[in-house]
Amino acid sequence: MLGRLTLDALPHEPIAIGAVVGMTLGALGVLAGLTYFKRWKWLWSNWLTSLDPKKIGIMYLIVAALMGFKGVIDAMMLRAQQATGVGDNAGVLTSDHFQQIFSAHGTIMIFFVAMGLIFALFNLIIPLQIGARDVAFPFLNSASFWLFAAGMILVNVSLAIGSFSAAGWLAYPPLSGIEYSPGVGVDYWIWSLQIAGLGSLLSGVNFIVTILKMRAPGMSLMKMPIFVWSCLGSLVLIAFAFPILTATLTLLSLDRTIGTHFFTSTMGGNPMMYINLIWAWGHPEVYILILPAFGVFSEIVATFSKKRLFGYTSMVWAIGAITFLSFTVWLHHFFTMGSGANVNAFFGIMTAVIAVPTGVKVFNWLFTMYRGMVSLTVPMLWFLGFIVTFTLGGVTGVLMSMPAFDFQVHNSLFLVAHFHTMIIGGVVFGGFAAFNYWFPKFTGYTLNERIGTWAFWAWLIGFLLAFVPIYALGLMGATRRLDRYDASMGWQGLFIVAGIGVMVIMGGIALQVLQMIVSYRQRHQNRVGGDPWDGRTLEWSTTAPPPHYNFAVIPTVTARDQYWESKHHKPVAKPVYEDIIMPKNSPAGLFIGIFTGIFGFAVIWHIWWLALIALLAVITTIIIRTSNDDTEYVITAAEIAKHEHTRLGHAT
Amino acid sequence: MSHMSHSTHVTHHTDDSKTTLGFFIYLMTDLVLFATLFATYAVLRNNTFGGEGGRELFNLPFILVETMLLLTSSFTMGLAMLALHQRRKTQLLVWLAMTATLGLAFLSMELYEFGVLINEGNSWQRSGFLSAFFVLVGTHGLHIAVGLLWMAVMGVQVVKRGLTGGVVRRLGLLSLFWHFLDIVWIFIFTFVYLVGAA
Repeated sequence: MLGRLTLDALPHEPIAIGAVVGMTLGALGVLAGLTYFKRWKWLWSNWLTSLDPKKIGIMYLIVAALMGFKGVIDAMMLRAQQATGVGDNAGVLTSDHFQQIFSAHGTIMIFFVAMGLIFALFNLIIPLQIGARDVAFPFLNSASFWLFAAGMILVNVSLAIGSFSAAGWLAYPPLSGIEYSPGVGVDYWIWSLQIAGLGSLLSGVNFIVTILKMRAPGMSLMKMPIFVWSCLGSLVLIAFAFPILTATLTLLSLDRTIGTHFFTSTMGGNPMMYINLIWAWGHPEVYILILPAFGVFSEIVATFSKKRLFGYTSMVWAIGAITFLSFTVWLHHFFTMGSGANVNAFFGIMTAVIAVPTGVKVFNWLFTMYRGMVSLTVPMLWFLGFIVTFTLGGVTGVLMSMPAFDFQVHNSLFLVAHFHTMIIGGVVFGGFAAFNYWFPKFTGYTLNERIGTWAFWAWLIGFLLAFVPIYALGLMGATRRLDRYDASMGWQGLFIVAGIGVMVIMGGIALQVLQMIVSYRQRHQNRVGGDPWDGRTLEWSTTAPPPHYNFAVIPTVTARDQYWESKHHKPVAKPVYEDIIMPKNSPAGLFIGIFTGIFGFAVIWHIWWLALIALLAVITTIIIRTSNDDTEYVITAAEIAKHEHTRLGHAT
Repeated sequence: MSHMSHSTHVTHHTDDSKTTLGFFIYLMTDLVLFATLFATYAVLRNNTFGGEGGRELFNLPFILVETMLLLTSSFTMGLAMLALHQRRKTQLLVWLAMTATLGLAFLSMELYEFGVLINEGNSWQRSGFLSAFFVLVGTHGLHIAVGLLWMAVMGVQVVKRGLTGGVVRRLGLLSLFWHFLDIVWIFIFTFVYLVGAA
């Protein structure tokens, strides 16, 4: 009846029980709070069923932040184990628990934190920057978010019911095969990624069409804000890379459930093929994450240098080149597989070549600052920190692009330090820069600059403390995923320093939370209009927060930094309002997410009848929703005029 | 603001070009999915693990009939689209039903082929080659099944609502989907069956 699900699936270890009790109490607290303050209807109609990309973007951000906390706590536990697991001392975690934690840490940080962050940026910024009121397919956008959320929930359910994968964040077979991982852990991993990945793929298609079809009149491709260009690169990668992930995960799950032989070591399977396939998705994934961060920094450096971006055209070509090249380098993740000198040489050279367009971007940013009126705001600090860390990570990346060097550090902590430099120093710093930069756009008040500066320094110092020792440890021969080592290795000191670094980062996170609380309390002093930074692109031309239709009148574009141009050159004409058509709210996306989550859970536990019911429910919801032609409503010109009048009266 | 119902005098928000482009990009992503499965098949196709290979297992005349059914169904789908453009509802329904029947016949033949293989002990558990074969061909079959379900839904919509803007748009996408599956099948027929049996 319940497949593999028995009472044994409930947690036994004290740490796990504590986490589950904490999570359950937290969830109950939220539910009780919603009931007590009578906020259910508000939650339902303003958030859960909303098709407004600004709302959906904020929900992505909330998920990313919550999962970020979990990921950082995982990191703390890993470093605590590595600082203590020396010689006869077993350390704080059991081996199995340690393996689950590093698998969960990687999975969560990439799929739910970094991806959540960039999908938040897509939703919040792209429509505003291209002068659109919405995305191309608003309902699909909501469904994508709820699929993402369902994947996230499955990861967390694994804490309470069963266990998570202990096979690493990419679950290489044959370890992830049924023979060596017979439990539900790898299945949790597969289905949470499969479901979230499907959401990402649909979102990718959605935003490509949004950018190609919904730009304001006059905004040719070469007049698009550079952030939109970088997102377009990222989105094209999503559309071409995520189907590979979908296929690969499907094949792995077929191996595990119906006994196919794709990646098994016997019966004609080929485990190496999995590693090729997963990195054919996995390498583009790195650029899916970093390209939008590049875009964020391009906007910030231009705004706070009071100059147009240096080398816009070369920036666009660099994005294009990176997009293309990112599909030609996947083999550098396994030079040691033994593909032969020529194959390794090709992929090594292609990898080094990617540094060229990336270098072009770094120089363009620096030249944008050159002779600009640079103001060292918090976003700008994050940018400068990024230039330092990203260059450090880039140099170590180019080092590893040489197969001969890579053979020495393959699977060592040097690699771990490298990709953390890129993802923390690139994507995460980019996310924080974006958060400080665009926060006033969506709330109407700025974030506290002083606490923001402290948070930046805590993060930067903490980051260097946490990862410079890891580079050194890697060169000293420490392998990744190591939970115990002999005292004679002399590694403990460096591991302790790295652990202290993580704690300094935690201090930075605490400061960021404090920054938000203080900023919220001071919101009346820090109230700003729609354009707090003297911005250049269209999102600053509307009020803060923007109305749900974004622009009362769709702007006409004649220049690259359109808003800057119109502020400085054109008289403001009296607006002529027209009727606006907006999508109605719909709960169907939420339902699709819920049913798909149930489907995933049922398949993980082999509860086949439930899987069938959930699948039928998904199909029925899709048929009902797509058969519905009454999905929009009209806001008349008179209503907009009235609305704008009251809003503008408040805002300016 | 008031929630007014959809009125016809305002230009429609979801214009067809956006939907068509979006669906086309989705089809390209689907193509990448199939490409991955084709690559997998190419890697594993000689890994028969001592079992029988394509030369022994594939019944080409049978597959040719199957192929002709699917190609004809693409043709009748084209005729359905012609009827749609001439706003001939009954003709549209007839051609749509014809397409569905041919698709169903194709799918039945495929399942029959699978059944024969499994009964002879050549299931996906037998070897890497057979795993790749079943999953590649089966994924196409699954798409065909989705197409058939979609046709049924569209048939109901045409009868109940007539040729409204939404129904016409969705029929256009369905036709794109069906032709796409036809193209994928031509590759399966060539690279799996013809090359495999040679």
